[in-house]
Amino acid sequence: MIYDVNIDGQDYRLELAREKSRWKCRLNGREVALDAVLTRANVLSVVINGTAYEIKRELTPLDLHFWVGSARYEAVVRDPRSLRSRRQAGGAAAGVKKLLAPMPGKVVRLLVSEKEQVQAGQGVLVVEAMKMQNELKSPKKGIVQKILATPGTPVNAGDVLAIVE
Amino acid sequence: MFKKILIANRGEIAVRVMRACRELGIPSVAVYSEVDRASLHVRHADEAYFIGPAAATESYLNIEKILDVARRSGADAIHPGYGFLSENPRFARACGEAGVKFIGPTAEAMELLGSKTRARQAMGRAGVPFVPGSSQGLEFAEAVRVAREVGYPIMLKAAAGGGGKGMRTVRSADELRSAFDSARSEAERAFGDGEVYIEKLIENPRHIEMQVLADEHGHTVWLGERECSVQRRHQKVLEESPSPIVDAEMRRRMGEAAVKVAEIGGYTNAGTVEFLVDEKKNFYFLEVNTRLQVEHPVTEMVTGLDLVHLQIQIAAGEPLPFRQQEVQLRGHAMECRIYAEDPDNNFFPSPGKITLLLIPGGPGVRRDSGMYEGWSVPLDYDPLLAKLIGYGSDRRQTIMRLRRALHEYFVGGIKTNISLFRRILKNPDFIAGKLDTGFLDRLLQHPEDDPVKKEHPEIAAIAAGVFAALEHVGVTPNGASGGSAPAPAKNGASNWRQAGRVESLQ
Repeated sequence: MIYDVNIDGQDYRLELAREKSRWKCRLNGREVALDAVLTRANVLSVVINGTAYEIKRELTPLDLHFWVGSARYEAVVRDPRSLRSRRQAGGAAAGVKKLLAPMPGKVVRLLVSEKEQVQAGQGVLVVEAMKMQNELKSPKKGIVQKILATPGTPVNAGDVLAIVE
Repeated sequence: MFKKILIANRGEIAVRVMRACRELGIPSVAVYSEVDRASLHVRHADEAYFIGPAAATESYLNIEKILDVARRSGADAIHPGYGFLSENPRFARACGEAGVKFIGPTAEAMELLGSKTRARQAMGRAGVPFVPGSSQGLEFAEAVRVAREVGYPIMLKAAAGGGGKGMRTVRSADELRSAFDSARSEAERAFGDGEVYIEKLIENPRHIEMQVLADEHGHTVWLGERECSVQRRHQKVLEESPSPIVDAEMRRRMGEAAVKVAEIGGYTNAGTVEFLVDEKKNFYFLEVNTRLQVEHPVTEMVTGLDLVHLQIQIAAGEPLPFRQQEVQLRGHAMECRIYAEDPDNNFFPSPGKITLLLIPGGPGVRRDSGMYEGWSVPLDYDPLLAKLIGYGSDRRQTIMRLRRALHEYFVGGIKTNISLFRRILKNPDFIAGKLDTGFLDRLLQHPEDDPVKKEHPEIAAIAAGVFAALEHVGVTPNGASGGSAPAPAKNGASNWRQAGRVESLQ
């Protein structure tokens, strides 16, 4: 199996094959003596040349992170077999950005309306959670194409609240 | 002793009190709102009653509903925890009228000590040192005179205040007018009481408090201090006992002052007398917290006492089972308040589902928690999730144990302030005990001092691939191959697709 992994903006190519409990592993073409065991869901024990690491996987509706000890790394994992189609999709969608709810909360009010011009970083709407109000800002300069949030209604993390083009 | 105790609270403190009830063989009654049905305190209780919608005013703050549950369940005592109704004299009084014992002080003691100006007047009569200033509410003309007498800089404070509301620092006479007006209207809005008074500003104070315990037979004792100077926006973040600067002599003087405060107020049960301490170690009475404090575990660790057991015994009319001279402080304890908030995003609250929870253990570690893996942190309440308490033979060992425990602690799926404690516990000023209420703000101005270094991105990359490969063939934990893809695999796959989607949108 081959995976293209991006960790904190850095690309790695990983070749993995399972050999009983051990692995055949090449990282960017270099062989790694990898011993990895899933100890419980989302917790991986890795031993490489006698050094032990515990890796925690953190999945949220928004993103994927791996923790090595107490350090946190942002990750994107791609299966290169479908890479080309993704790239094309990414290119076509480059002008559109979605504003996602970073946490569950309640929409308090809208700061702009549909078809309005917004600057990058301009507040689009306000979401309240745990007695604190958070202004969600536009990810880019553009036109607010659609607002999917309604004041007074609850939202979940990852919900699309607005689309800016 | 009581037949049954209702806990009018939620979260970690409700669990804490229920544990004490079980230890004492007393059945406990939980109350829960709409969003707390699956919360941990309901799982720990012997009985549980639904009390209404998520909004606290319609559930945990609703006196009628809580007393109704007491009646229906046959509870003969109520423990209020902290927050919610714990310092509400109307509630304490209503409990008495309903024939249910309120585990805490009397309504009268709360009223006297809850008003800052009335408490200052009482302290003045008893000779307890307090911060110079006025002891009654002021009109503007009086404020000008008092400010000139005590000398700038001064603090304007709301008599009914708390949490920094209605509070203003004034550095010179020409700032007084606008500060006075805004403090007053803020106090009016927050507490329905616009009374403000003046205190001299103590620069870079320490915040040190003294635990007291009083039975209903006239015996009051002090149980040592807690250093609470590590704060952010008047909210405590880390507390310890003993304080790095308090010696036996100062402790005795503070303890005796605190006992005097409690006695003047006719105080019973557990309470805390807060002091400000200036750079010359002079201490000044600040206020009384008429409840069990969040940070009570550090006192429990160094005294070996169980404050909740004692609260219940005192409320049941038993005399204190020990005298002042029998109280011994041993070792050092420190508490980290684990909040659901994001230290990398201005400490914004972070409710949501806890997808992974790894819990520290081993020597000198106590964990008082209201969370569990798979639980969704509701967005309606205070973001305190749990408290990690470290104990050791001295301050240095306690710090090292807490660092080790934080290394083991992991909360996934939501953001927590665990990483902040790694920074605090490695900070040279903190290690040297050089603390004041500005410490944390200074530390936060240097985000680059993060002790966690990102040294293993390639290990993260390998792990990312291994997780993907394992789920591709449907492997369950501990290396066993499963016949069908397990639930986490399904989750994971969809999240990678999600990650791909998020990426494709950028």
